[in-house]
Formats: sequence, C-alpha cells, structure tokens
Amino acid sequence: MPQPIISVRNLHKWYSGVHALKDISLDFAPNEAVGLIGDNGAGKSTLINILSGAQQASEGEIFLDGRKAKIANPRDAMDLGIETIYQYNSMVPTMSISRNLFIGREPLKFSMLGLGIMDRRKMAEESVKAIADVELHLRSPDALVGELSGGQRQGVAIARAMHFKSKVMILDEPTNHLAVKETNKVIGFVRGLKDLGITGIFISHNIHHVFECCDRIVAMARGEVVLDKRTEDTNMDEIMDVL
Amino acid sequence: MKRFLKIYMEKPELAALVLLIALIILFQVLSDGVFLNANNLRGIFGILPEIGLMVIGVTILMICGEFDLSVGSVFALMPMTLAVLMADGTPFILAFLAGMAVAAAIGFVNGFLTVKFNIPSFITTLGMLFIARSLTIVISGGFPPLLPVDLPNWLFTVFVGPGDLFRMSFVWFVVVALVASLMMSRTNFGNWIRATGGFLPAAQAMGIPTARVKIACFMLCSMLAGFAGMIQVLRLGSPLPSIGEGWELQAVAAAVIGGTALSGGIGAVLGGVIGAVLIRVIDNGLVLSQVDANWFKFAIGFLTIFAVVVNTWLAKRAKAIKVET
Repeated sequence: MPQPIISVRNLHKWYSGVHALKDISLDFAPNEAVGLIGDNGAGKSTLINILSGAQQASEGEIFLDGRKAKIANPRDAMDLGIETIYQYNSMVPTMSISRNLFIGREPLKFSMLGLGIMDRRKMAEESVKAIADVELHLRSPDALVGELSGGQRQGVAIARAMHFKSKVMILDEPTNHLAVKETNKVIGFVRGLKDLGITGIFISHNIHHVFECCDRIVAMARGEVVLDKRTEDTNMDEIMDVL
Repeated sequence: MKRFLKIYMEKPELAALVLLIALIILFQVLSDGVFLNANNLRGIFGILPEIGLMVIGVTILMICGEFDLSVGSVFALMPMTLAVLMADGTPFILAFLAGMAVAAAIGFVNGFLTVKFNIPSFITTLGMLFIARSLTIVISGGFPPLLPVDLPNWLFTVFVGPGDLFRMSFVWFVVVALVASLMMSRTNFGNWIRATGGFLPAAQAMGIPTARVKIACFMLCSMLAGFAGMIQVLRLGSPLPSIGEGWELQAVAAAVIGGTALSGGIGAVLGGVIGAVLIRVIDNGLVLSQVDANWFKFAIGFLTIFAVVVNTWLAKRAKAIKVET
C-alpha cells in the first residue's frame, strides 16, 4: 500500500458511558473509494464526524499524508482538504446557489480581520463553472437552493467540495431520500472520483450502493471494524453476516 | 417575463411596498391632500428614525434566527444612562460612549445566555425587558435628571434639507439603513448571518462561527435600539423612564410586515425600513383622516397578519411558476 492519505490510529470515543468507537485504526489510500457500512449506532457517523471536525475523538491520532493532524473544528478539516457532504444536506435553502457554494469561504475584494466585501462576480462565475464541472445543468447560480430537488442539492454540495480542491471527500449517506435516477447519478459520481485523484469515503447502509462504486469495503458494528476487504474479495452475504 | 415575475414575487418586502403606496394614496385622499404636504411630512420624517433604527437591528437579528424583546427597554436605558452621567458633569461624548457600552453589554448578555445555554431568545430577552426597564427607573432615582443645555442637537435633531423637511436623525437613519443593507447583501458577514438563521446545522458544518455571529447580531440590535432612544430623548429634551414601552412588539411587527420570517434566514433590511415607514404612516394618517386614533393598534395588528398571509401566498405562487433552474 502506498503512503496513506489519511490514517487514524487507536481512535476512541466515549459518550457519557457509551463506548462508541473502540480502538479504531484505519488507513485510506490515495485515490481509493472506500465504502463504510454498518447499522445505526455502529460508530460510522462518529468516525466521520471526527474526520470532518464536527466532533473530537476522546483518544487517538489522525495523520494526513503521514503528518499528525489536529482537527478541532470543521474549518480545520476543510483547510486540510477534507470536504464532507452530509445526509441532512449542508446547504441553506433560503440562499442562492452561488452564496451556498462559498459559505464561510467567500472570495473577498477587500477585508479587515477576516470580514469584508464579497467579490460577487467571481462568486457567480466560479459557481457556474463549478456546477458545470459536475455536469449539473442549472441555468442560474442565483436560484435558491430551496427550489432544487434533493439530487440537485447533493450535486451542488459535490460541486462545492470539488471546487475547493478537496483531497478527501466524505459522503455521509448522500443517497438518502433520493430518487433512483438521482441515486445513480451520485453513485456514478463516486466512481468518477478516482479519475480526479480524490479519495472518497462513502457512508451508506445500503450495501448495494457500496458494492456498485467502491474499491474497498469497511464494515463497522458496535464501535469496531468487523470487516475490511477489497470489494472483489468479499460478497454481500459475508457482510450481512458480520453486521 | 415569467422569470421576472417569479423573482419579484419571491421578494418578501414587495407586498409591504405595495401596501405602503396604497395607504399613502388612501390617506392623501381621505385627508384632502394634507397628508403629503411639507408640514406633515416633516412630522413623519422627524419621528420615523426612532422606530426605524430599532427596526433595522431587530430585522437583522431576526434574519439571524433570533429575537429581541428587550429593545424597548434598552431604548429607555441608554439615554437614561447618558442623562444621569451628564447630570454628574460627564461630557456628552463620554456619556454617549458609556450609554452605548451599556446597550452593547445588554446585547452581549442576551446573546451569550441564548447561545451558551441554548435557551430560546424569547425567554432571555423577555427577562431582559424587565431587567433593563427596572434599571432605567432605578438609576433615574425615580425622578428623571435634567439634561444640560449644551447638547449636540445639531448632530441629531435640528432640521435640515430642502424646506427643512428632515431632521438630522433622518440622515443617521438613512446612513445606518444603507450600511446595514450593504452589510447584509455584500459582505461575507451578511452571508454568515443569513446562513446562521437559514439553516444552523449547515452553517456550523461549513465552519461559520455561529455563536459569535449571533452574539454580534444581538449586540448590534441592542446598540441601535439604544441609539434610537437617545435620539428621541434629545428631541423631547427630557429622559423619561417610560419611553419605548411596547415598541419591541411594534419593531417585530414592522420587521414581519416587511417580509422578515420569524424562523430566520428570510428578510431584508429594506423590508424592515418599509415596515417602519408603514407604522408611522398609519399612525399619522389615521389622525389626519379624523379616524379615532385608537384604531392604530388594530391597523398594526391587522397588517402584521395580513402581510404574513400575503407573503406566504406569494411565495407559494412563485414556487408554482415553473422556470428552468
């Protein structure tokens, strides 16, 4: 295995009395699409929340490109090149597409202490490009996100992650509540990450989806990794058994 | 064409603007042309900034997803602080800064308690409504101090402009409204405010310091209310401890009439300004039309409900218009 892009070592997480992650150590190779599956409460959300900065581990270490990384908040994760696309959708429905794309990372014409005037032309131009890059057909970057379908919204979220040149893209149940056609689009997209040189971590409880687009499957149950195999070396029955 | 229709129907301040124009025409007719004459406009423009400045802060805070019931009390407390200090011989500028600091501190406490303990701002600011009002009366000693004669009225209350149509306070109001409006639409901070109020989990996931954004909005709201109160006191020439009572709800009504949603994320400073103008126009227009002035609150109440119903209906219709996205 080449130098892993992300490694976690001996990760533990306790929630007042519940041991949610029990000594997790995993490596994610560059360009790999990894499917992370498990039942509710298996610890997969906790693990990715730690990687995306939404929560902190109680114990353990995270390495990025072999260097120890400290991820204290979502901003740290983004700065390290880890973008997360959440199941509940990380978009503000009452705001336009272009504003959503740049929330928290607005290009500024001029600024003082981090606050300043947004470069709205740049935002409009770059969002048109970002949306086109993921082959999403939207006519105006000024349309409100609230008017888009679930799949289109995930498309915009993906476009945002791509635009900021992420190295690792975590997709947390991105196919939940999506129509079949849109689900296929998202799955096709995860497959395409490889060509773009992006490591994908695809969380789902739908084993079929994971088998369709991932190189490697990691299954979790009760806070532990119970299976970690190349997709071609395993099958659905084996995974069903360990879960 | 459809596209434009849709864009305008989605602007929540539109309904209020149409209503305002209709009411101005109505009052102009009912008052036999007195409503729009210079003398009457001078009266409206002279008082408008006091509720208007408060509404700007309340609108921004509501877009941020929070709510402030204490603005009416801060409206009285800030100028009372100023008056008490000046009665002790403090120069105006220092007393002014102290008053604004008190307003900012109240906003900070409102925001900090709301965010830190995750309680509804309705509760924190309801408590603050009583606390700030009580403080106002306590520091006045039950007897409002006299204001000195050398006040900087030239900066706040003198009449200016063509035909002395405006007071200086109106200039402050326009400048603050413009700056606030540009802040909301052009700066990254405005983007954060709208994201925080629009969908908090998304704002947090994108790394926006939502706690700090909220506290800043509470402070801004409180400071604008205090500033507005000072302008009223300078206009009246006396710091009464009872000013601003009930204004917190008028300010919320103005923001709502102007299309701001109580749930956050939706609204515009311009809408709040239109709402404030509407309230002043109704107050004044009813008197000029020789309608019993006790209908004033009825009209505000009716308009608040009406505006929300119309806005909801418009938003629904706009959504139904199919244009390619």
